[in-house]
Amino acid sequence: MEKNSVLEMRGICKYFPGVRALEQVDFTLREGEIHALMGENGAGKSTLIKVLTGVYHKDGGEVYIKGIDKPAVIRSPQDAQNVGISTVYQEITLCPNLTVAENMYIGRTKGLLTNWKKINADAGKLLDDLGIPAIPGQQLGSCSIAVQQMIAIARAVDMNCKVLILDEPTSSLDEQEVAKLFKLMLDLKKKGVGIIFVTHFLEQVYEVCDRITVLRDGKLVGEYVIEDLPRVQLVSKMLGKDFDDMADIKSESDTENIDYSSTPVYQAKGLEGTTGIKPFDFSIHKGEVNGFTGLLGSGRSECVRAIFGADKVNGGEVLIDGKPVKINKPLDAMKNGISYLPEDRKRDGIVGDLSVRDNIILALQVMKGFFKPISRAQAEEFADEYIKLLNIKTASSETPIKSLSGGNQQKVILARWLLANPKYLILDEPTRGIDIGTKVEIQKLVLKLAGEGKSVTFISSEIDEMIRTCSRLVVLRDGKVVGELKGDELTQNKIMATIAGGES
Amino acid sequence: MSSNTVKKQTSLAGLAKSVVRKQIFIPIAALLILVLFNLIADPSFFQITLQPNSEGYNVLSGNIISIIDRASELVILAIGMTLVTSASGGQDISVGATIAIAGSVVLRVLCGSNTRPDTLQAPVIVAFIVCCLVSMLFGAFNGTLVAYFKIQPMVATLIMFTAGRSIAAWINNNELPVISDPKFAYYGNFIPGIPIPTPVFITAACLIVIALVLKFTNLRLYSQAVGINPHSSRLNGINPQMIKFITFVILGLCVAVAGFIKVSRLSTINYSVVAKDIEMDAILAVALGGNALGGGKFNMTASVIGAYVIQFLTTTLYKYDVDSAAISAYKAVVVIILVVLSAPIVREKMGEVKKKLFPAKTAKEAA
Repeated sequence: MEKNSVLEMRGICKYFPGVRALEQVDFTLREGEIHALMGENGAGKSTLIKVLTGVYHKDGGEVYIKGIDKPAVIRSPQDAQNVGISTVYQEITLCPNLTVAENMYIGRTKGLLTNWKKINADAGKLLDDLGIPAIPGQQLGSCSIAVQQMIAIARAVDMNCKVLILDEPTSSLDEQEVAKLFKLMLDLKKKGVGIIFVTHFLEQVYEVCDRITVLRDGKLVGEYVIEDLPRVQLVSKMLGKDFDDMADIKSESDTENIDYSSTPVYQAKGLEGTTGIKPFDFSIHKGEVNGFTGLLGSGRSECVRAIFGADKVNGGEVLIDGKPVKINKPLDAMKNGISYLPEDRKRDGIVGDLSVRDNIILALQVMKGFFKPISRAQAEEFADEYIKLLNIKTASSETPIKSLSGGNQQKVILARWLLANPKYLILDEPTRGIDIGTKVEIQKLVLKLAGEGKSVTFISSEIDEMIRTCSRLVVLRDGKVVGELKGDELTQNKIMATIAGGES
Repeated sequence: MSSNTVKKQTSLAGLAKSVVRKQIFIPIAALLILVLFNLIADPSFFQITLQPNSEGYNVLSGNIISIIDRASELVILAIGMTLVTSASGGQDISVGATIAIAGSVVLRVLCGSNTRPDTLQAPVIVAFIVCCLVSMLFGAFNGTLVAYFKIQPMVATLIMFTAGRSIAAWINNNELPVISDPKFAYYGNFIPGIPIPTPVFITAACLIVIALVLKFTNLRLYSQAVGINPHSSRLNGINPQMIKFITFVILGLCVAVAGFIKVSRLSTINYSVVAKDIEMDAILAVALGGNALGGGKFNMTASVIGAYVIQFLTTTLYKYDVDSAAISAYKAVVVIILVVLSAPIVREKMGEVKKKLFPAKTAKEAA
């Protein structure tokens, strides 16, 4: 172990059936440092944290903790706590109806009798030391989320933790609260605590962190001192694209056919969602494939959800073929010829226990109306047609959709929306978590649909997939549209620079 | 030719297997066990005779007739309870209490303020319609709590479960009116000249209506989709709250019909005991039908058969002079057995045991 490091993870491996979640990952945390752990979805950040906190059992590698000669054995969160590793999660895991002091000492008092007087005094002293604006006897639920998070941190600190893991602590805080939290983090840093900071907000990383470790696809990309890694470089490391790599794969679809002077199929003016995105303008033409891009949490999904009416919309104007319409709920969007394949297939897409057939006809059925059921024979016909068209692998159309593989489930949902015959099809991460073969099939399908005159919005975390399929990209950062790229601008370098923003 | 018979046998075995796997197998098997038990214990159980009743008409009587007759209210409730279970993933425990309200409304409309009127104060159809409207209103109340206030169904309906019988008493100023017009008793007993109890016809009508509704609307697809995945249903244009709300209103209508039959049977009701514990029987009927109480897919036929099984069991127990206070305990035992046997984990284990006991047979079956 290095002299000043408090935690060293060496060659950590973790396998799940069919997936290498972590492959030979090293991670070093030094005394008194704030260390950002970065990576896109599926990079292995949370797996690494869960291995460290004993939620998962690693399949290989060793963990060393300062002050322990042998590799540490962490087989449960309790073990992790005993060796001085504490975690504060995004969701508060304390009890809001207990007092602040009770929350700080719950589960840590010995024996039957508890000296509440002493506990309250101790809690008060600790809160003072850390500058947390809370009273020990106050109900936790009456504190703001930020203060609750700080109390969770105080509880961790009081348990003599050497390693403090903060998993997305800022995602539900406003700017002032974030500032307070950062002050506390810097105080702890001075006291020599090593902090692992998991977040997807780039600015915050550059505000407080000393070092960055980047993971991608379960592998270590590298550890960097913050001064040596400009933002653009960080984004390119996370996305796995070399910034200087000029080899660009341009879309083969000819964009000349699109008549940009015509009335857009869909146009939004100042559309404002309730999910933290700023008002935005957007339009799409007949036969066009465009994309929304940005890092995770940049608001790309929230934008398309607002377009579809999946989340409540606060304001703005929507024109379909030049005519103003109101889209307040998904059914309004569907009746106006918009289809939306959601990002979270399991939660928002499939209806697990229903058959493949019922899942395919669902959207069309709802559009037809409550009193006009599609006949059994007709439904069979639709199902068989699309099972064949999209090459869906299922025992029969009667099989419950939940017993299909992820890729085939996705194809069923795609079939559902193709059957609804939309003018404008929104696909949010249609290729996530499915095999390469199916990915290519879906990309080809998107281009084919565009060729037939449909408009498609295609969202993907993989930039080259977007470049291949889209003729225009809307770039988002922190809930705001920060750029629109088309034609020659559609290069990886330009896209990543726009995503990263800042002074790069 | 021999190959032909073999083929026939395997297809028969396959058929038997697929029948066992069907959801409807559970209630039918339970029904068969009860029938078999009674056949062995006392075949006269199944005797049906044509006897003059107290009014002097010839009517069919016998245990089977009494089961089909007495099960009417339960079967009608099971229809609504199945829908509520499917869409909301919970159960309405207030149906017994709201039956008391429905019955009380019928009495109030027919008797006015007089407790022993010589003539009906309003046409029966008016009483029925008012009873339906009031019951649907209470269904809507429950539905609103569940769908829009997102309260757990059992907790939400606990309110009417507690308050219902008091409201029923209040509607008639705590009096127990009795309807003297013999024509009103036709709906719960016999119509002169027809040897089959009237509730059987009413039940049949309800079953036909729900069958038509399930066939000609998307109620089944929508409530199943909402019960399985409300998020995804919403993104497919379904209004999950509305669907949950509607199922509670439909259950309210079922309560109205059941309450109407109950009043007609005795020409009066006792608010504190009428349809007591019927909510538990209705929930049991749904469970016995193999429907998941957590919502989602449902099989209406299985629920209806489940309701008849419960009445069959009750009548069988009465026949063997089981004390009426003890009947619930016997029912509970039978229910435990049925529910445990139908639990997926037990069925899985039984499959394993079967494989161990008859390895050759299962191998042959597989071949």
